[in-house]
Amino acid sequence: MSIWEYANPKKFMETSSWALPWVTGLAVASLLSGLIWGFFFTPDDYRQGSTVKIIYIHVPSAMMAINCWAMMLVTSLVWLIRRHHVSALAAKAAAPIGMTMTLIALFTGAIWGQPMWGTWWAWDPRLTAFLILFLFYLGYIALWGAVDDPDTAADLTSVLCLVGSVFALLSRYAVLFWNQGLHQGASLSLDKEEHVADVFAWPLWLSMAGFGLLFLTLVLFRTRTEIRARRLRALEARERMA
Amino acid sequence: MLALLLRDLRLATRAGGGFGLSLAFFLIVTVLVPFGVGPEGGTLAKIAPGILWVGALLACLLSLDRIFALDREDGSLDLLATAPIPMEGAVAVKALAHWLTTGLPLTLAAPVLGVLLNLPLPAFQPLLLSLLIGTPALSMIGTFGAALTVGLKRGGLLLSLLVLPLYIPTLIYGAEAARRGGEGLATATPLLMMAGITLGTIAILPFAAAAAIRVNLR
Repeated sequence: MSIWEYANPKKFMETSSWALPWVTGLAVASLLSGLIWGFFFTPDDYRQGSTVKIIYIHVPSAMMAINCWAMMLVTSLVWLIRRHHVSALAAKAAAPIGMTMTLIALFTGAIWGQPMWGTWWAWDPRLTAFLILFLFYLGYIALWGAVDDPDTAADLTSVLCLVGSVFALLSRYAVLFWNQGLHQGASLSLDKEEHVADVFAWPLWLSMAGFGLLFLTLVLFRTRTEIRARRLRALEARERMA
Repeated sequence: MLALLLRDLRLATRAGGGFGLSLAFFLIVTVLVPFGVGPEGGTLAKIAPGILWVGALLACLLSLDRIFALDREDGSLDLLATAPIPMEGAVAVKALAHWLTTGLPLTLAAPVLGVLLNLPLPAFQPLLLSLLIGTPALSMIGTFGAALTVGLKRGGLLLSLLVLPLYIPTLIYGAEAARRGGEGLATATPLLMMAGITLGTIAILPFAAAAAIRVNLR
């Protein structure tokens, strides 16, 4: 029993069709409870008022935007090294979700920034780094769309993902050098003292778990769609040959 | 490898090679800026380092799709792939040729255009240095982007979409060095950071670009 068994599309389809309802249910449950708890059962912040509550969407989506790229990096590596098609398709399936998460983080940040900082946008290192991350997603998805042959596309996008990861990190620290920040530090941490009071932290953890599970649900769903689309193409090709 | 370099240089400088086009583009962009922001010397002096860097970057971008596209059309890229020199070496030489015909002329032209933009006197030296250190990175990253898109029919627009985000760190340090020079601050840190990026790209990207070309020739 090893993880590589799931590289077999059939095995992957069987396991994911069994797991998908459970993951979906868990995602909905933790998202709903986290958001409802966060929105209706936490006190208003004494300085930010009720705007503080956007944190329950902003922070988890920002987290998933970064983790999605990390997942694409791992699956790209798996594709380049072991040539497992499911891995490449998972990377392809994840990219638009990651891009959407990046957009959600940027937009909720802007909505919160307008009353709090008095501006929709500032060239702050964190904001800028996210905008750059969005551009990387855009290029990655565009490259998938531009190449016809699926294996070539998988190879090229994997190489782009590896190089892009290096440059995304470089940009992250280059923008720190370039401008001073307006954005506050990390909201949650495992080893340091929390920056967020416990009343806000618990629903935040819950909605972060919810966003993680939501991401998993969507990736599984989209990967299954990609596998089916490829099967369909193979069948059509066979039909034409006959 | 030397033969390849000389061949690329000769192709670029002869008629139809596109040498000089990026220089002309750089000139036009620089001339357009004062029309856009107004002719006051103070404003121009303030934005000159950034404009010169962005202009050089765009001019560099303009000539990228020539790196491999022509070679692919006439089949010499296939010959290169089967030649006894490793693909990585060929890619590095291609990037060097691109830098010699684009990056270096742009660097040498930048101070002249700096005069047009009322660039502060102490900024000239750091601008020249930063372009000298930074443009090799632009050529190398661009070669990687060109290698990714070489198989595509109309890859030009996609090429810019892929390459521009990769240019961001170089641009930040380059423009920052020139800006700090203009304000009389120390410029060593951004220059060193940019030298690091340039050396890193030269060390890593030939492998990525060669891998992409092998995929595209498959």
